[in-house]
Amino acid sequence: MRARVLVRPKAGILDPQGQAVERALPALGFSGVSNVHVGRLIELDVDDPSQLPAMCDRLLSNPLIEDFEIVELAGASSIASSAGSSASGSASVGSELPGSH
Amino acid sequence: LKFGIIRFPGSCDDIDAQLAASRVGEAVLLWHADHDLQRVDAVIVPGGFSYGDYLRAGAIARFAPIMQEVAEFARAGGLVLGICNGFQVLCEAGLLPGALLPNTSLKFIFRQVQLDVADPDTAFTNAAPAGRRLSIPVKHTTGRFYSPDPVDVVLRYAPGHNPNGSQDDIAGVRNEAGNVFGLMPHPEHAVDPLTGSTDGLTIFESMARTSSSLASPAGAGLGGDVDAGVPA
Repeated sequence: MRARVLVRPKAGILDPQGQAVERALPALGFSGVSNVHVGRLIELDVDDPSQLPAMCDRLLSNPLIEDFEIVELAGASSIASSAGSSASGSASVGSELPGSH
Repeated sequence: LKFGIIRFPGSCDDIDAQLAASRVGEAVLLWHADHDLQRVDAVIVPGGFSYGDYLRAGAIARFAPIMQEVAEFARAGGLVLGICNGFQVLCEAGLLPGALLPNTSLKFIFRQVQLDVADPDTAFTNAAPAGRRLSIPVKHTTGRFYSPDPVDVVLRYAPGHNPNGSQDDIAGVRNEAGNVFGLMPHPEHAVDPLTGSTDGLTIFESMARTSSSLASPAGAGLGGDVDAGVPA
Protein backbone atom coordinates (compact mmCIF):
# COMPACT_ATOMS: atom_id res chain seq x y z
CA MET A 1 0.00 0.00 0.00
CA ARG A 2 1.26 3.42 -0.99
CA ALA A 3 0.64 6.10 1.60
CA ARG A 4 1.31 9.78 1.91
CA VAL A 5 1.89 11.53 5.22
CA LEU A 6 1.38 15.27 5.41
CA VAL A 7 3.06 17.03 8.31
CA ARG A 8 2.13 20.60 9.19
CA PRO A 9 3.21 23.07 11.84
CA LYS A 10 0.58 23.15 14.58
CA ALA A 11 -1.83 26.04 14.43
CA GLY A 12 -0.68 28.91 16.60
CA ILE A 13 3.02 28.12 16.37
CA LEU A 14 4.99 30.76 14.50
CA ASP A 15 5.80 29.48 11.00
CA PRO A 16 8.52 31.75 9.61
CA GLN A 17 8.82 29.66 6.45
CA GLY A 18 5.16 30.19 5.67
CA GLN A 19 5.54 33.90 6.39
CA ALA A 20 8.55 34.18 4.11
CA VAL A 21 6.68 32.53 1.25
CA GLU A 22 3.63 34.71 1.91
CA ARG A 23 5.79 37.83 1.68
CA ALA A 24 7.54 36.61 -1.46
CA LEU A 25 4.42 35.98 -3.55
CA PRO A 26 3.27 39.63 -3.78
CA ALA A 27 6.79 40.55 -4.88
CA LEU A 28 6.15 38.38 -7.94
CA GLY A 29 2.81 40.00 -8.60
CA PHE A 30 0.59 37.36 -6.97
CA SER A 31 -1.90 39.13 -4.74
CA GLY A 32 -4.60 37.97 -2.36
CA VAL A 33 -2.56 35.18 -0.77
CA SER A 34 -2.75 34.63 2.98
CA ASN A 35 -2.37 31.95 5.65
CA VAL A 36 0.59 30.29 3.94
CA HIS A 37 2.12 27.40 5.87
CA VAL A 38 4.99 25.18 4.89
CA GLY A 39 5.05 21.56 6.00
CA ARG A 40 6.58 18.26 4.98
CA LEU A 41 5.45 15.47 2.66
CA ILE A 42 6.46 11.85 3.26
CA GLU A 43 5.49 9.09 0.84
CA LEU A 44 6.00 5.46 1.66
CA ASP A 45 5.04 1.90 0.77
CA VAL A 46 3.76 0.09 3.83
CA ASP A 47 2.57 -3.48 4.29
CA ASP A 48 0.37 -2.73 7.29
CA PRO A 49 -1.22 0.72 7.04
CA SER A 50 -2.68 0.35 10.54
CA GLN A 51 0.83 1.04 11.81
CA LEU A 52 0.95 4.45 10.15
CA PRO A 53 -0.51 6.49 13.04
CA ALA A 54 2.08 5.04 15.43
CA MET A 55 4.85 5.80 12.93
CA CYS A 56 3.63 9.38 12.75
CA ASP A 57 3.46 9.74 16.53
CA ARG A 58 6.87 8.27 17.19
CA LEU A 59 9.02 9.45 14.30
CA LEU A 60 7.45 11.04 11.22
CA SER A 61 6.07 13.99 13.20
CA ASN A 62 6.71 15.61 16.56
CA PRO A 63 3.20 15.80 18.07
CA LEU A 64 4.25 18.71 20.27
CA ILE A 65 4.79 21.03 17.32
CA GLU A 66 3.24 19.32 14.30
CA ASP A 67 -0.01 17.82 13.09
CA PHE A 68 0.00 14.91 10.70
CA GLU A 69 -2.46 13.57 8.17
CA ILE A 70 -2.31 10.16 6.53
CA VAL A 71 -3.58 9.66 3.00
CA GLU A 72 -3.79 6.12 1.62
CA LEU A 73 -3.18 6.62 -2.06
CA ALA A 74 -4.44 3.21 -3.22
CA GLY A 75 -7.60 3.41 -1.16
CA ALA A 76 -8.13 7.09 -1.99
CA SER A 77 -9.11 8.03 1.51
CA SER A 78 -7.66 9.65 4.54
CA ILE A 79 -7.50 7.16 7.40
CA ALA A 80 -6.20 9.29 10.22
CA SER A 81 -5.40 12.82 11.08
CA SER A 82 -4.02 14.30 14.24
CA ALA A 83 -5.55 17.65 13.32
CA GLY A 84 -9.05 16.22 12.97
CA SER A 85 -10.77 18.59 10.61
CA SER A 86 -8.89 18.08 7.38
CA ALA A 87 -9.77 14.49 6.53
CA SER A 88 -12.44 15.34 3.98
CA GLY A 89 -10.11 17.61 2.05
CA SER A 90 -7.46 14.98 1.72
CA ALA A 91 -9.82 12.34 0.27
CA SER A 92 -9.93 14.25 -2.97
CA VAL A 93 -6.16 14.46 -3.01
CA GLY A 94 -6.05 10.68 -2.90
CA SER A 95 -8.66 10.16 -5.59
CA GLU A 96 -6.72 12.26 -8.04
CA LEU A 97 -3.93 9.74 -7.91
CA PRO A 98 -5.65 6.35 -8.31
CA GLY A 99 -2.80 4.85 -10.26
CA SER A 100 -0.07 5.59 -7.75
CA HIS A 101 1.60 2.34 -6.96
CA LEU B 1 34.26 12.42 37.73
CA LYS B 2 34.17 10.49 34.48
CA PHE B 3 32.29 12.08 31.58
CA GLY B 4 31.09 10.11 28.57
CA ILE B 5 30.57 12.09 25.36
CA ILE B 6 28.37 10.38 22.79
CA ARG B 7 29.59 10.41 19.20
CA PHE B 8 26.88 9.98 16.57
CA PRO B 9 27.51 9.98 12.84
CA GLY B 10 27.36 13.72 12.19
CA SER B 11 28.45 14.89 15.65
CA CYS B 12 30.99 17.68 15.31
CA ASP B 13 31.42 19.15 18.79
CA ASP B 14 32.27 15.88 20.52
CA ILE B 15 35.99 16.62 20.71
CA ASP B 16 35.48 20.13 22.07
CA ALA B 17 33.08 18.69 24.66
CA GLN B 18 35.68 16.09 25.58
CA LEU B 19 38.36 18.76 25.94
CA ALA B 20 36.10 20.96 28.05
CA ALA B 21 35.03 18.08 30.30
CA SER B 22 38.65 17.00 30.70
CA ARG B 23 39.32 20.34 32.40
CA VAL B 24 37.34 19.10 35.40
CA GLY B 25 37.56 15.32 35.13
CA GLU B 26 38.14 12.31 32.94
CA ALA B 27 36.35 12.31 29.58
CA VAL B 28 35.83 9.41 27.17
CA LEU B 29 33.98 9.14 23.86
CA LEU B 30 31.02 6.76 23.64
CA TRP B 31 29.92 5.28 20.31
CA HIS B 32 26.27 5.68 19.34
CA ALA B 33 25.88 2.06 18.20
CA ASP B 34 27.10 0.58 21.49
CA HIS B 35 24.95 -0.35 24.45
CA ASP B 36 27.69 0.58 26.90
CA LEU B 37 28.08 3.76 28.93
CA GLN B 38 31.47 2.54 30.23
CA ARG B 39 30.47 3.28 33.82
CA VAL B 40 30.65 7.04 33.35
CA ASP B 41 29.35 9.41 36.04
CA ALA B 42 27.87 11.91 33.57
CA VAL B 43 26.78 11.81 29.94
CA ILE B 44 27.17 14.63 27.41
CA VAL B 45 25.15 14.59 24.20
CA PRO B 46 27.20 16.97 22.04
CA GLY B 47 26.44 19.38 19.24
CA GLY B 48 26.50 18.65 15.55
CA PHE B 49 24.18 17.14 13.00
CA SER B 50 23.47 13.65 14.30
CA TYR B 51 22.32 11.33 11.52
CA GLY B 52 22.36 14.37 9.26
CA ASP B 53 19.47 15.89 11.22
CA TYR B 54 17.27 14.21 8.63
CA LEU B 55 13.51 14.59 9.14
CA ARG B 56 13.93 16.84 12.22
CA ALA B 57 17.00 17.75 14.24
CA GLY B 58 17.57 14.93 16.72
CA ALA B 59 14.62 12.85 15.53
CA ILE B 60 16.65 9.86 14.38
CA ALA B 61 19.49 10.08 16.89
CA ARG B 62 17.04 9.55 19.72
CA PHE B 63 16.62 5.97 18.48
CA ALA B 64 20.37 5.28 18.44
CA PRO B 65 21.19 2.11 20.41
CA ILE B 66 23.07 3.96 23.15
CA MET B 67 20.10 6.25 23.79
CA GLN B 68 18.36 3.35 25.56
CA GLU B 69 21.18 3.33 28.10
CA VAL B 70 21.12 7.13 28.32
CA ALA B 71 17.40 7.07 29.10
CA GLU B 72 17.90 4.45 31.83
CA PHE B 73 20.86 6.41 33.20
CA ALA B 74 18.75 9.56 33.32
CA ARG B 75 15.84 7.81 35.02
CA ALA B 76 18.25 6.53 37.65
CA GLY B 77 19.29 10.11 38.40
CA GLY B 78 22.51 10.29 36.38
CA LEU B 79 23.66 13.68 35.11
CA VAL B 80 22.94 14.22 31.41
CA LEU B 81 23.97 17.39 29.56
CA GLY B 82 22.69 18.08 26.05
CA ILE B 83 24.36 20.84 24.06
CA CYS B 84 22.70 22.28 20.93
CA ASN B 85 22.02 19.20 18.80
CA GLY B 86 22.26 17.23 22.05
CA PHE B 87 19.50 19.42 23.48
CA GLN B 88 17.40 18.67 20.39
CA VAL B 89 18.05 14.94 20.81
CA LEU B 90 17.04 14.99 24.49
CA CYS B 91 13.82 16.87 23.67
CA GLU B 92 12.98 14.40 20.90
CA ALA B 93 13.69 11.56 23.32
CA GLY B 94 11.26 13.01 25.86
CA LEU B 95 14.03 13.37 28.46
CA LEU B 96 13.53 17.14 28.37
CA PRO B 97 10.31 19.09 27.83
CA GLY B 98 9.57 21.12 24.72
CA ALA B 99 10.99 21.21 21.22
CA LEU B 100 13.38 23.29 19.12
CA LEU B 101 11.99 25.03 16.06
CA PRO B 102 13.74 26.82 13.18
CA ASN B 103 15.09 30.26 14.13
CA THR B 104 12.60 33.03 13.44
CA SER B 105 15.12 34.52 11.01
CA LEU B 106 15.41 31.14 9.22
CA LYS B 107 19.14 31.82 9.21
CA PHE B 108 22.09 30.01 10.70
CA ILE B 109 23.37 32.19 13.53
CA PHE B 110 26.85 32.13 14.99
CA ARG B 111 27.65 34.72 17.62
CA GLN B 112 28.58 35.30 21.22
CA VAL B 113 25.52 35.81 23.46
CA GLN B 114 25.06 36.96 27.02
CA LEU B 115 23.15 34.59 29.27
CA ASP B 116 21.39 35.12 32.58
CA VAL B 117 21.41 32.21 34.99
CA ALA B 118 17.71 31.88 35.76
CA ASP B 119 18.31 29.13 38.31
CA PRO B 120 21.71 29.09 40.08
CA ASP B 121 20.80 26.10 42.24
CA THR B 122 20.78 23.37 39.64
CA ALA B 123 23.25 20.54 39.23
CA PHE B 124 24.59 22.34 36.16
CA THR B 125 24.81 25.95 37.41
CA ASN B 126 25.68 25.71 41.11
CA ALA B 127 29.22 26.95 40.42
CA ALA B 128 28.01 30.03 38.53
CA PRO B 129 29.22 33.32 40.02
CA ALA B 130 26.27 35.04 41.69
CA GLY B 131 24.66 37.66 39.51
CA ARG B 132 27.23 37.45 36.72
CA ARG B 133 26.24 37.00 33.13
CA LEU B 134 27.78 34.24 31.10
CA SER B 135 29.28 34.97 27.70
CA ILE B 136 28.94 31.84 25.56
CA PRO B 137 28.60 31.38 21.77
CA VAL B 138 25.57 30.04 19.93
CA LYS B 139 25.67 28.47 16.46
CA HIS B 140 22.50 26.92 15.15
CA THR B 141 19.61 27.12 12.70
CA THR B 142 17.03 25.30 14.83
CA GLY B 143 17.20 26.83 18.28
CA ARG B 144 13.83 28.44 18.92
CA PHE B 145 12.66 26.74 22.09
CA TYR B 146 8.94 26.09 22.36
CA SER B 147 6.86 24.37 24.99
CA PRO B 148 3.09 24.48 25.39
CA ASP B 149 3.55 23.75 29.10
CA PRO B 150 5.54 25.55 31.82
CA VAL B 151 9.16 24.39 32.05
CA ASP B 152 12.03 24.68 34.53
CA VAL B 153 14.21 27.37 32.97
CA VAL B 154 17.91 27.29 33.82
CA LEU B 155 19.38 29.83 31.38
CA ARG B 156 17.86 32.78 29.55
CA TYR B 157 19.28 34.98 26.83
CA ALA B 158 19.94 38.35 28.39
CA PRO B 159 17.50 41.09 27.31
CA GLY B 160 18.23 41.95 23.68
CA HIS B 161 20.32 38.81 23.14
CA ASN B 162 17.62 36.34 22.08
CA PRO B 163 19.08 35.17 18.76
CA ASN B 164 16.36 32.83 17.56
CA GLY B 165 12.91 33.91 18.79
CA SER B 166 12.98 31.43 21.65
CA GLN B 167 9.91 31.48 23.91
CA ASP B 168 10.49 33.67 27.01
CA ASP B 169 14.17 34.06 25.99
CA ILE B 170 14.76 30.47 27.06
CA ALA B 171 18.29 29.23 26.34
CA GLY B 172 18.38 26.14 28.57
CA VAL B 173 15.94 23.97 30.53
CA ARG B 174 16.13 21.07 32.95
CA ASN B 175 13.87 18.13 33.58
CA GLU B 176 11.65 18.00 36.65
CA ALA B 177 14.09 15.85 38.59
CA GLY B 178 16.91 18.27 37.86
CA ASN B 179 19.45 15.77 36.53
CA VAL B 180 18.97 16.37 32.79
CA PHE B 181 19.85 19.74 31.28
CA GLY B 182 19.84 20.99 27.71
CA LEU B 183 20.96 24.30 26.23
CA MET B 184 21.45 25.79 22.79
CA PRO B 185 24.61 27.82 23.59
CA HIS B 186 27.93 25.98 23.51
CA PRO B 187 29.72 26.06 26.89
CA GLU B 188 32.35 23.69 25.49
CA HIS B 189 33.46 26.44 23.08
CA ALA B 190 34.01 28.89 25.94
CA VAL B 191 36.60 27.23 28.17
CA ASP B 192 39.80 28.98 27.09
CA PRO B 193 40.82 32.66 27.02
CA LEU B 194 42.09 32.05 23.49
CA THR B 195 38.50 31.99 22.22
CA GLY B 196 37.35 34.99 24.22
CA SER B 197 35.57 33.55 27.24
CA THR B 198 35.95 30.87 29.87
CA ASP B 199 32.39 31.23 31.17
CA GLY B 200 31.38 27.87 29.72
CA LEU B 201 33.57 26.11 32.27
CA THR B 202 30.95 26.98 34.88
CA ILE B 203 28.66 24.28 33.51
CA PHE B 204 31.30 21.55 33.74
CA GLU B 205 32.54 22.75 37.14
CA SER B 206 28.98 22.67 38.44
CA MET B 207 28.57 19.09 37.26
CA ALA B 208 31.82 18.14 38.99
CA ARG B 209 30.69 19.85 42.19
CA THR B 210 27.31 18.11 42.01
CA SER B 211 28.88 14.76 41.34
CA SER B 212 31.22 15.01 44.32
CA SER B 213 28.36 16.00 46.63
CA LEU B 214 26.34 13.04 45.33
CA ALA B 215 29.25 10.71 45.99
CA SER B 216 29.60 11.90 49.57
CA PRO B 217 27.50 10.24 52.29
CA ALA B 218 25.53 13.46 52.71
CA GLY B 219 24.40 13.12 49.09
CA ALA B 220 21.56 15.11 47.59
CA GLY B 221 23.17 17.77 45.45
CA LEU B 222 20.64 17.99 42.64
CA GLY B 223 18.28 20.87 42.13
CA GLY B 224 15.20 18.69 42.13
CA ASP B 225 14.00 15.59 43.90
CA VAL B 226 15.67 12.76 42.07
CA ASP B 227 14.12 10.18 44.36
CA ALA B 228 10.75 11.13 42.96
CA GLY B 229 12.12 9.43 39.90
CA VAL B 230 10.93 9.19 36.36
CA PRO B 231 10.37 12.35 34.38
CA ALA B 232 7.10 12.33 32.48
